Amino acid sequence: MDITEFYDTFFEEADELLAEMESHLLELDVDNPDVERLNAIFRAAHSIKGGAGTFGFEALQRTTHLLENLLDYTRRGELALRRDIVDTFLEAKDMLNDQLDAYRQGGEPDPEALERICETLRRLALEELGEDAGAEVAGAAPSASASPEPAADPAPAEAAPSAGEGTPDGGARFQVTLIGVADKDRDLLIEELAQLGDIEDQQADGERHRVVLTSSLSGDDIEAVMCFIAEPEQLEVRALDAAAPAAASESKPEVKAEAEAAPAPAATKPAAPAKAEAAAKSSDAAKKGGESTSIRVPVSKVDQIINLVGELIITQSMLNQVAEDSETVNDGALVTGLNLLQRTARDLQEAVMSVRMVPMDYVFSRFPRLVRDLAGKLDKDVELVTEGKSTELDKGLTERIIDPLTHLVRNSLDHGIETPDRREAAGKPRTGRLTLSAQHQGGNILIEVIDDGGGLNRDKILEKARSSGLSVSDSMSDDEVWQLIFAPGFSTADAVSDVSGRGVGMDVVKRNIQAMGGHVEILSTPGQGTTTRIVLPLTLAILDGMSIKVGQEMFILPVSAVIESLQPRADDLYSMAGGDVLLKVREDYLPVVAVHHALDVADAITDPTRAIAVIVQGEGRRYALLVDELVGQQQVVVKNLETNYRKVPGVSAATILGDGSVALILDVADMHRLGQSKKENPVFGAPTRARPVEEVEPS
Amino acid sequence: MSQATALQTAAAVEAGSQEFLVFSLGDEEYAIDILKVQEIRGYENVTRIANAPDFIKGVANLRGVIVPIVDLRIKFRLERADYDDQTVVIVVNIADRVVGIVVDRVSDVMTLTAEQRKPAPEFGLSLPLDYISGLGNLDERMLVLVDIEKMLTSEEMALVEEAGE
Repeated sequence: MDITEFYDTFFEEADELLAEMESHLLELDVDNPDVERLNAIFRAAHSIKGGAGTFGFEALQRTTHLLENLLDYTRRGELALRRDIVDTFLEAKDMLNDQLDAYRQGGEPDPEALERICETLRRLALEELGEDAGAEVAGAAPSASASPEPAADPAPAEAAPSAGEGTPDGGARFQVTLIGVADKDRDLLIEELAQLGDIEDQQADGERHRVVLTSSLSGDDIEAVMCFIAEPEQLEVRALDAAAPAAASESKPEVKAEAEAAPAPAATKPAAPAKAEAAAKSSDAAKKGGESTSIRVPVSKVDQIINLVGELIITQSMLNQVAEDSETVNDGALVTGLNLLQRTARDLQEAVMSVRMVPMDYVFSRFPRLVRDLAGKLDKDVELVTEGKSTELDKGLTERIIDPLTHLVRNSLDHGIETPDRREAAGKPRTGRLTLSAQHQGGNILIEVIDDGGGLNRDKILEKARSSGLSVSDSMSDDEVWQLIFAPGFSTADAVSDVSGRGVGMDVVKRNIQAMGGHVEILSTPGQGTTTRIVLPLTLAILDGMSIKVGQEMFILPVSAVIESLQPRADDLYSMAGGDVLLKVREDYLPVVAVHHALDVADAITDPTRAIAVIVQGEGRRYALLVDELVGQQQVVVKNLETNYRKVPGVSAATILGDGSVALILDVADMHRLGQSKKENPVFGAPTRARPVEEVEPS
Repeated sequence: MSQATALQTAAAVEAGSQEFLVFSLGDEEYAIDILKVQEIRGYENVTRIANAPDFIKGVANLRGVIVPIVDLRIKFRLERADYDDQTVVIVVNIADRVVGIVVDRVSDVMTLTAEQRKPAPEFGLSLPLDYISGLGNLDERMLVLVDIEKMLTSEEMALVEEAGE
């Protein structure tokens, strides 16, 4: 069996560990660090190092080794934390991310970057810890890099500092017990163990398989290496030889070696860290045990299930229809069975959909770091508050919302929140507050980026808009003015900064959010701050649809786009030159687009006063869609048309109706364009076909 | 398509022969590589797509997958394109897409040896020469061998989004 098969597992695990490390680092209180937190950070570095050694990722191993040593000093209180030390740790963590990415793509990390970070860490060790300890931390690295084959034998790297401790040549003896490990995994583990040291003896006893091993590694390291193949609870590593207390410290030669700056370890000291380590290990194991209740599944598999469940529901409604139409309708058992099937199918659909949902924490968790870094760069004090982290959103959407949100957060930090001095002058606390919140609202999720900064400057926006040639007037409402910043190429930043102000962005934010079926609003009060509100549908896989009928054809309109529907009166219809028709709805005159005209539907009602006008809103534009009949409202499963076909003008996707036929979902924004282009370019359509304008003319 | 067919085909390919699905359009008999065929179904429940070329009849639901349906008879200007209970849709898998093609009738599956396959004539067929990979000679029958993948992914079929659009 090839060890590369475990690469993916390692990468995923390492990713998670790094993310965990970062969040702990960010939440660290520098003046009064939480020991548990420091332990967790140390453990993450330690586990990554173990895996990196096993898989022969030398750069990764070297970096984590240095980092781990430093972390070890910190958690034992011998290295006092400072903000800049945490920054260095974060930098190292980023470097580990880069290295991991490089390995993932089958390459080697940038050697210069590696040297740089190693040097930084080494210098930190020398400066902060003084000669002896610093030299040890720093000295350990070259020996790691000097190790010719770290993959086959990470031992020398780790054994080097412990050499002075007097471990016998062969190292310590361990009894490794594998409990309930599958045969093929067991063989692999034993192979792995053979690489770590000499196997003296092994025996199987039912579920338990004992291996006696002589290795120069520590028990922890052996365990760490094997954890990539087996679950922690399947492993038991016990040191043999000598008396019990000695064995305890023997099993942690690494801890001891790093704990002691001086070459000769004092007998009393190792016990404490060893114990701490053991406790940490057991809590780690408990946590790992908890994790095993979840599984990692590719999204494509979930999508396949969702697809099949959609099919099931369609089949079920077909059955219902058949039962209703047929004579057997009196058969009570059949009806009961069908009802049960319907209920179960719906429940199943809901359950499957919920699999796709992930908490917003997934998105929010990347902002503490961003805010911290940016605030540092901009010399601002900013406190980040997140609300509604557990609000769930479709996985597909969470990934797409990250970029727009990042942009909004950057904007708020750069343009919104003022410098501490200016804040003080304005009578506000020096520390600015940036709030990210998420909450459900009906079938939508509401995500807000709230800052307590200076707010948008109406005059400045208007001035800027004028100079970029946008048509504006002073009488525009605030809402309209705020919408201007979504215009392409718009930026009010005085200076183009590293962070924002290049004028690309807000329009992209808006476009991205609209592409997800959502919209953005801005609320701003001068001197008090700005709130950017994003409203998104919870999922893209299911849509609340309104079925409409035109001629003999059925279409679906997204309910979110529908404002109201009404039957137009002849008095409210105004035909304009060029074939435009306007419908007066209360005080507004809305353009009219007839679905039958835009989509060439035959046998449709052409007289607008007999048709139904559905008032819709798309891309901020309101207009009336003329349809024959409103059929009903239902949730539909959205199917991509482009998988096997191509983009169809005026149509966003398709769905399958209860009778198994396909219905097209109309794209409200695109329908308007289609209506326009048909009018201007009659070649596309049937120009002679009755246009509303002919019927409307009251004469 | 069953596994047995695939196996037979594999064996046939070894012997220099290939299996074809034979269908008719008007009076002519055509054949396509059977490995491209996913299934055969009746013509029903096709939803029209507005502003599409006339030979694209619309889209249909194939067990949850939305599949475009192309009528080759309209595309190649055959005299008649009726829809009756003989009208069938051959569902083919081409270039990672699933497309249904409407034909008058599906007759049978044939194995053609290398000797039975001749180069295509220069004219005299309803289909443009570009999509014809050869002629099949089977006793007194003549089969036109169609490169279905090339045909359906061609620009004039308007099935696949053109690059840069």
